[in-house]
Amino acid sequence: MNLLLAAEAVAVPTVFNYVWLIPAVMAASFLFILFFSKRLSIKPHLVGVPAVVGSFLFALVIAFSWIGYNGDVNEAQAGPISCAGGEVAVGGSNHDTEAAAEGEGEGEGGGESGHGEQRFSPCPVVNDVTWFQNGGPASEGGSDITVGTLVDGQSVLLLVVVTFISGLVHVYSTDYVAGDRRYTHYFAFLSLFTASMLFMVLSSSTLQLIVGWELVGVCSFALIGHWWEEKPNSDAALKAFLTNRVGDIGLLVGMIILYFGAGKTFDIVAINEAAISGAISKNTLLVAGLFLMAAVMSKSGQFILHTWLPDAMAGPTPVSALIHAATMVVAGIYLIGRLYAVFFIGFGISGGTLNAMALIGGITTVGAGALAFVQDDIKKVLAYSTVSQLGYMVLALGVGAYTAAFFHLFTHAIFKAALFLGAGSVSHACHHSFDMKKDMGGLRKFMPKTFWTFVIASGALAGIPPLAGFWSKDEILVGAGAFPGTGGNGTYWVPFIFGMIAAGMTAGYMVRVIWLTFFGEYRGHETPHESGPLITTPLIILAFGAVFAGLFNIPEGFPVLGSRIGEKFIRWVEPSGISSFPTIGHAKPSVALALLATIIGLATGLLVWTYYSKLYAKDKLATEVTGGLRDKNRLARAGHKLLVEKYYLDHLYTGVIAGGTKGPVARAAYWFNQNVLDGIINAAGTGSTIIGRFVYRFIDQGAIDGAVNASGFGAESSGEVLRKVQSGKIRQYATLMFAAAALLAAVFIVAV
Amino acid sequence: MEQSFLADYGITLMVFLPLVGAAIMMMVPGKNEEAHKTIALATTVITGIIGGWMVVDFYRLGSAKWSELSYLIDRPWINIINARYTVAVDGISVPLIALTLLVVPLVIVYSWNHIPQPGNTKAFLMLTLVLHTGMLGSFVAQDLVLFFVFFEVVLLPMYFMIGVWGGENRLYAAIKFFLFTLFGSALMLVSFLALYWVTGGTTFNMVGLAEAVQSNDVKLSTQVLIFAGMFLGFGIKVPMFPFHTWLPDAHTQAPTQGSVILAAVLLKLGTYGFIRIAIQILPEASIKWAPWIGLLAVIGIIYGALGCLAQTDMKRLIAFSSVAHMGYVMLGIATMTDFGLNAAIFGMVAHGLITGLLFFVAGSIKERYHTLEIKRLGGLLISAPRMGWILGLATMASLGLPGLAGFWGEFPAILAAYSPQEGISVGLFRVYMVVAAIGTVLAAGYLLWLLQRTAFGRPSEEFENDPAITDVVPTEWIAWVPLLALIVLLGFVPGLIFDMTDGPVTVLTDALAAAGK
Repeated sequence: MNLLLAAEAVAVPTVFNYVWLIPAVMAASFLFILFFSKRLSIKPHLVGVPAVVGSFLFALVIAFSWIGYNGDVNEAQAGPISCAGGEVAVGGSNHDTEAAAEGEGEGEGGGESGHGEQRFSPCPVVNDVTWFQNGGPASEGGSDITVGTLVDGQSVLLLVVVTFISGLVHVYSTDYVAGDRRYTHYFAFLSLFTASMLFMVLSSSTLQLIVGWELVGVCSFALIGHWWEEKPNSDAALKAFLTNRVGDIGLLVGMIILYFGAGKTFDIVAINEAAISGAISKNTLLVAGLFLMAAVMSKSGQFILHTWLPDAMAGPTPVSALIHAATMVVAGIYLIGRLYAVFFIGFGISGGTLNAMALIGGITTVGAGALAFVQDDIKKVLAYSTVSQLGYMVLALGVGAYTAAFFHLFTHAIFKAALFLGAGSVSHACHHSFDMKKDMGGLRKFMPKTFWTFVIASGALAGIPPLAGFWSKDEILVGAGAFPGTGGNGTYWVPFIFGMIAAGMTAGYMVRVIWLTFFGEYRGHETPHESGPLITTPLIILAFGAVFAGLFNIPEGFPVLGSRIGEKFIRWVEPSGISSFPTIGHAKPSVALALLATIIGLATGLLVWTYYSKLYAKDKLATEVTGGLRDKNRLARAGHKLLVEKYYLDHLYTGVIAGGTKGPVARAAYWFNQNVLDGIINAAGTGSTIIGRFVYRFIDQGAIDGAVNASGFGAESSGEVLRKVQSGKIRQYATLMFAAAALLAAVFIVAV
Repeated sequence: MEQSFLADYGITLMVFLPLVGAAIMMMVPGKNEEAHKTIALATTVITGIIGGWMVVDFYRLGSAKWSELSYLIDRPWINIINARYTVAVDGISVPLIALTLLVVPLVIVYSWNHIPQPGNTKAFLMLTLVLHTGMLGSFVAQDLVLFFVFFEVVLLPMYFMIGVWGGENRLYAAIKFFLFTLFGSALMLVSFLALYWVTGGTTFNMVGLAEAVQSNDVKLSTQVLIFAGMFLGFGIKVPMFPFHTWLPDAHTQAPTQGSVILAAVLLKLGTYGFIRIAIQILPEASIKWAPWIGLLAVIGIIYGALGCLAQTDMKRLIAFSSVAHMGYVMLGIATMTDFGLNAAIFGMVAHGLITGLLFFVAGSIKERYHTLEIKRLGGLLISAPRMGWILGLATMASLGLPGLAGFWGEFPAILAAYSPQEGISVGLFRVYMVVAAIGTVLAAGYLLWLLQRTAFGRPSEEFENDPAITDVVPTEWIAWVPLLALIVLLGFVPGLIFDMTDGPVTVLTDALAAAGK
């Protein structure tokens, strides 16, 4: 096998050694805001905004260095690269030949063959230090637990996305949250969140990933519950934390299985290599993968652990944009990508048989899309939409469309942030209400900037060409490989159909939102107004992104642009030809599919539009039909009720599971404790007292007075306590105990 | 000179200095409270300086020496039973000694304006100093008789602390604590004596006994029986389910200082005993008992958490949480692996810091609100924002949030259960692992519900404008900041403890691995 180490060929840019500065700056910003901002009367945003802008600029430097380095390695390389410096495993293992063979059967076959020449990515650039060691150093059979940074396409992508969105949210917040009761606290937590997210994104070990994962969770908790005076807010915060804890069981157990499976290491590169080389059995990978999926389900809002995400909208809107739409909730996607070899081989993704991941993603994307239709709260619609889009990403990963998933993560972060920030701007105008039916309507006349940016972002979300979401969503649908001529990793009919349905739904519910918010007559009170420049500028920047971000990964075959700017994600983000990433197949783009999906989207959009314009013609203030299908048809009514009740999952979780544990189960355990266990103890106490009396009555008459008087636990005064210790019970017991001990010891010695 | 001073007198001085302080206090009239506080604080600070000097010096010895016994003092003591005054430290005991050296002065600082009813500063602080000696002695003793004496020395001061300075139901709690522990001690003593005789009656030295058990070929069945006695003795102290019922009562009734010392240090005598004595001397029996220890540990984790969920009193809730947390420590021990034992020792220190802090805060809340009934509290973040924050951080640490100390006692213990020592059922421990992981959800549940009901929301009318509810006062700051700082520091630099314990733990697990084959 052609063995060539990347390090020999191309020098790693030294700037990667300093990437740790990015989270460090944000952490410093957090500490400074928390401890000094008030004391030195420095406005917290004067610390937070420069820090995050600096982080963003540095992230761009890293990104450009990565792109350059990536290209150099690709040119210099002639064969597969082993990232651990050991034997090259690409294509050489049991799993992989199997995978490749199966891939070959479907469409264009495994790997790069569909795209002409073989591409070679650099190995992830890891810089780490030993955090602590266990069982001696690794050289002596123990394990070194490390913490550090890992730079590759995926982490660089997230660095840019997180710092970019966080920067805009920081700026936006200076106006939106101005005058808040806890302005300082708010900015401190924005910084801490950004730092934690970046810390997680740069993880070089799974243990570090766990730490970052939980830290972003706690920031989310703190920010959802930002206005904790009101109980619904703290309830939402608790729900988010506890639901994620349930998923964390899977995270912990999954990582533990991989730790032992890969030979006692948390190292992400090593685990991936072990998965590919066959050092970890396929069954182990499957079990670990399933456990990890639980974590993905909770963090990335997949059915059935998604219920916390809509509730999380109780937090300030910029937080919803940053944490609960663009960044933290994609941690699950990130996790799957980080350990893609584990999932790819464990779930047999290259085979084309339906796997848990693709199925969960599919169900989520449709299930949440349906829920988005019945929400009256604009943020909740967007929240369900986020759940639905996250389902898309998981679906994409489940069918092996790694690049499509991360491309969609990228475009979604931009247009969904635009939508959330737009919703915030709307609510700013409507007296902090988010109720579309009661307090909105006709807003396009009052706030044109917000309106246009919102429409563009909605178009991007609905997948209208040529906006960003069109490209990324199309890539996912293509990746499912079911549409004739697309190929990919196998033929995934079920996920494909789910994806097509969701594509139609997205356009539908977004048209509903736009109509209820911006069209018709204004239903609120007083006159709404456009928001200030600190709010609209981020909106415009994001809308700009929502238009153009999709160009990064347009198919190479696209006329004129394709060969010049296309397929950047495949080049820059997707690893290829290295030992820590599986060989995945690429689907071929299809014009017919793109057309079909667009038509479906436009058609549903039009349907919803017609529904509302007819309604408007009848009654200018109406928001729903009276005497419609729901009132006539029992089935429709039941279906609607099911959606309004969110599939009754909240009743199950809050009412049955949490309520049951907190109530009857806990009470039963405590009853057992107080009455059974303590009952035995107290009975033993009383019993010994009786025996004690009995013994003393016959052995030592003189001691009887004190003992009898001392019985009963009721006495109160401290003098009394001391006296009792002196006189009766304790001495009595002590004597008994030691007599018994001596006796037992004697028995021991004689008998044994 | 330095080296030899530490080596010859260091430990002895550290252990008995608090008794000297107590003796001095005895001669000062009780009315002079300031003098007593000063003497007590000075004593513990000087003890802390000597001990701290030793800890730092030990740290500088380097990892090669951390698995050996250092500053060993070995003098004849009770010749007729071959009991010797043998004291030394190694990487397992140093973190616990450091914890003790830190917590006791903080308790005394806190006592400066928090002497519980019915007063009597002199007696209260003297008892604290006696406790100090007992705890330090237990952690340095290398001779079973000496250990037993120190182990018992701790008992009486704590008994009085609960019985005299405790809450409404103090007498019941104190007697329950005393009898329970005494019962365990008695069985432990039986085991010690049996061990002495079956190995030929030549030594009580821990290392010597470990060797003697091997060289004398003590029958496994005998070892298992001897272990059982220790199991009860240490298990009650930990406390393990189902011997834990003394703990909620003792904690709830004890004065704040008593609760802090009890949670931070006393419980660790049990877990420390498991590692230092039971496992070191009887590795083969340890392997045999491991599934049972593990079983009780995971029952404790779930059971303790459920107990917490049922509580209406904040202090009692924190007390019950100790049952769950010590369950993780015991699970780590039960795996008999390096990761598990390291986690156990880390967990002891972390639990000491975190639960100590929680009890401090609970005590201060009680002082201000005159109640700890969760229903009546609420809005602490409004009434006393800083205290609310500290409570928030402590609960986060307690539920095992990574980045704070609690995580490093919990996660590695769960991890270790995936692959226990050779000779222990893997399937069984994987079940334990999953159960323990579920326990983390319950822990988050009861702690966050506690936080929500006490810190969030608005203060009830009853306390809304109560002038007695002030924010953190200076003595509280002094007592709490070191704990807060260490909780964060250890969360991010777990190597401070792990690196030190790893060496001696590996020595133990090598023996366990040999025993398990």
